[in-house]
Amino acid sequence: MNKIENNKAWFLVLPVFILVAFSAIIPLMTVVNYSVQDIFDPSTRYFVGTEWFVQVMHDAELQAALLRQFVFSLTILSIEIPLGIGVALLMPTKGKAASLGLILVAIPLLIPWNVVGTIWQIYGRADIGLFGAALNAIGIEYNYASNPTHAWLTVVLMDVWHWTPLVALLCYSGLRAIPEMYYQAARIDKASRWAVFRYIQLPKLTNVLIIGVLLRFMDSFMIYTEPFVLTGGGPGNTTTFLSQSLVKQAIGQFDLGPAAAFSLVYFLIILLVCWLFYTIIMNMQNDKRG
Amino acid sequence: MSSTNETLIVPVSQAEKRQKRALVRGRVGLTAYLIFLLLPIYWLINMSFKTNAEITSGLSFFPQQFTFENYVKIFTDPTWYMGYVNSIIYVSLNMVLSVSIALPAAYAFSRYRFVGDKHMFFWLLTNRMAPPAVFLLPFFQLYSSVGLFDTHIAVALAHCLFNVPLAVWILEGFMSGVPKEIDETAYIDGYSFPRFFVKIFLPLIRSGIGVTAFFCFMFSWVELLLARTLTSVDAKPIAAIMTRTVSASGMDWGLLAAAGVLTIIPGLLVIYFVRNHVAKGFALGRV
Repeated sequence: MNKIENNKAWFLVLPVFILVAFSAIIPLMTVVNYSVQDIFDPSTRYFVGTEWFVQVMHDAELQAALLRQFVFSLTILSIEIPLGIGVALLMPTKGKAASLGLILVAIPLLIPWNVVGTIWQIYGRADIGLFGAALNAIGIEYNYASNPTHAWLTVVLMDVWHWTPLVALLCYSGLRAIPEMYYQAARIDKASRWAVFRYIQLPKLTNVLIIGVLLRFMDSFMIYTEPFVLTGGGPGNTTTFLSQSLVKQAIGQFDLGPAAAFSLVYFLIILLVCWLFYTIIMNMQNDKRG
Repeated sequence: MSSTNETLIVPVSQAEKRQKRALVRGRVGLTAYLIFLLLPIYWLINMSFKTNAEITSGLSFFPQQFTFENYVKIFTDPTWYMGYVNSIIYVSLNMVLSVSIALPAAYAFSRYRFVGDKHMFFWLLTNRMAPPAVFLLPFFQLYSSVGLFDTHIAVALAHCLFNVPLAVWILEGFMSGVPKEIDETAYIDGYSFPRFFVKIFLPLIRSGIGVTAFFCFMFSWVELLLARTLTSVDAKPIAAIMTRTVSASGMDWGLLAAAGVLTIIPGLLVIYFVRNHVAKGFALGRV
């Protein structure tokens, strides 16, 4: 679609700009301001330049949190994407069953994030939870509150439970966009199920999968509430991811300077992925519109 | 395709058998996934109808002494049910605010080219992707200094950070699907912009507005970090009340489960209406 050049359109965007600027630019500038100062109390502050940034980059605890974050994000992506595609392929496509399938699969996405944590907190307990009790019954001494490996696995499982539906829904809508003709052609060629998937469905899913991967990467990169409720970041620091470590530093210890510097580094990583997302999506759209 | 044609090419019996087997395997796989999906929720519901004594004494798939006690407590104790009221107030405020200011902006992005449009669109996206934890402390100070701390409007405004960009993106997706000829015809017929927008354009993207409102509602409803930080007493959301009461009263599991079940219901009530658009909403209007 050819758009008309018209700078008056800015007036239509202005309310959004003002509102988002109020809730994004002012706070962000505050963060920048903190990141270069040492603050003892509101009236005593010193300009320290890049000192906090240097400190943050060398902070072992933060590096560990960053590493944990990457491992976590990659793990959940490598589980959620294939599983989501699989579920989307199996979901019913016609009539009442299709509606029911969509609604059932969407349920975890509509649950408040702290309740997701609560559900798994209860579900995983050995004394009152079905999941924990079942594992213990078959001889695995499972306890997410004291065993670091179990805690980490539980957080991963919880995230898979919570967000695989997103990938499944995206793929489902991608699959619905494939014309029936393609499948008929495949039947005539006696194509195997795998060939249909590999040469017809997967190429058509590329676009939604890119959106899915980037969204899941970014959202998992700011995960906070679910592990906070489930494990509180522990045992030790096993499940303390970036957001949690930041909140601990800013609110818990009130180290404003380092916390602000940390925020900016964190934000820059997100910005980079965001830019990737934007560029890819805009290219996709241009291809489509020709 | 006619059936005679098919019989010529593929031996029907063999192909059909293969298809049937694949179908059965698919059903089994899907059922297994749905069990994995629904079992934790079922367990929560199951627990919400039990007494605490029964919960701690052992596992059972159905409540032995079926009780509404937990729900009665929530609906009769103001410190509990006001949490739901608070949540619904700020979520609704946020929804109305986000959708109404996003509408004209999305129209501008879908119809016009203007200085800095691409940068603006990208900048909006970065706010949807920004970790709330980064904005936590500045928000707290900003809203405290303008006297908005612990009000519904503070949480509603804070949630605009990610909901307004989301609304603009989803609406832009829907609006781009409306042919531009409609705008041009209306202008030729002598409609002014505001009249055209309200009388002709908005009815055309009704379903888009509905979907956007749903997603604003949902993302505001599920968020806890900002909502908890910006409130203390008067506007405390249900999610925060849940975490506090649990630690104070020494694990009242039944009550916690009941409160959890009640937070799932609002989403469940409206998902039916947007079921065909959920993917589009989650993908920021880009599917």
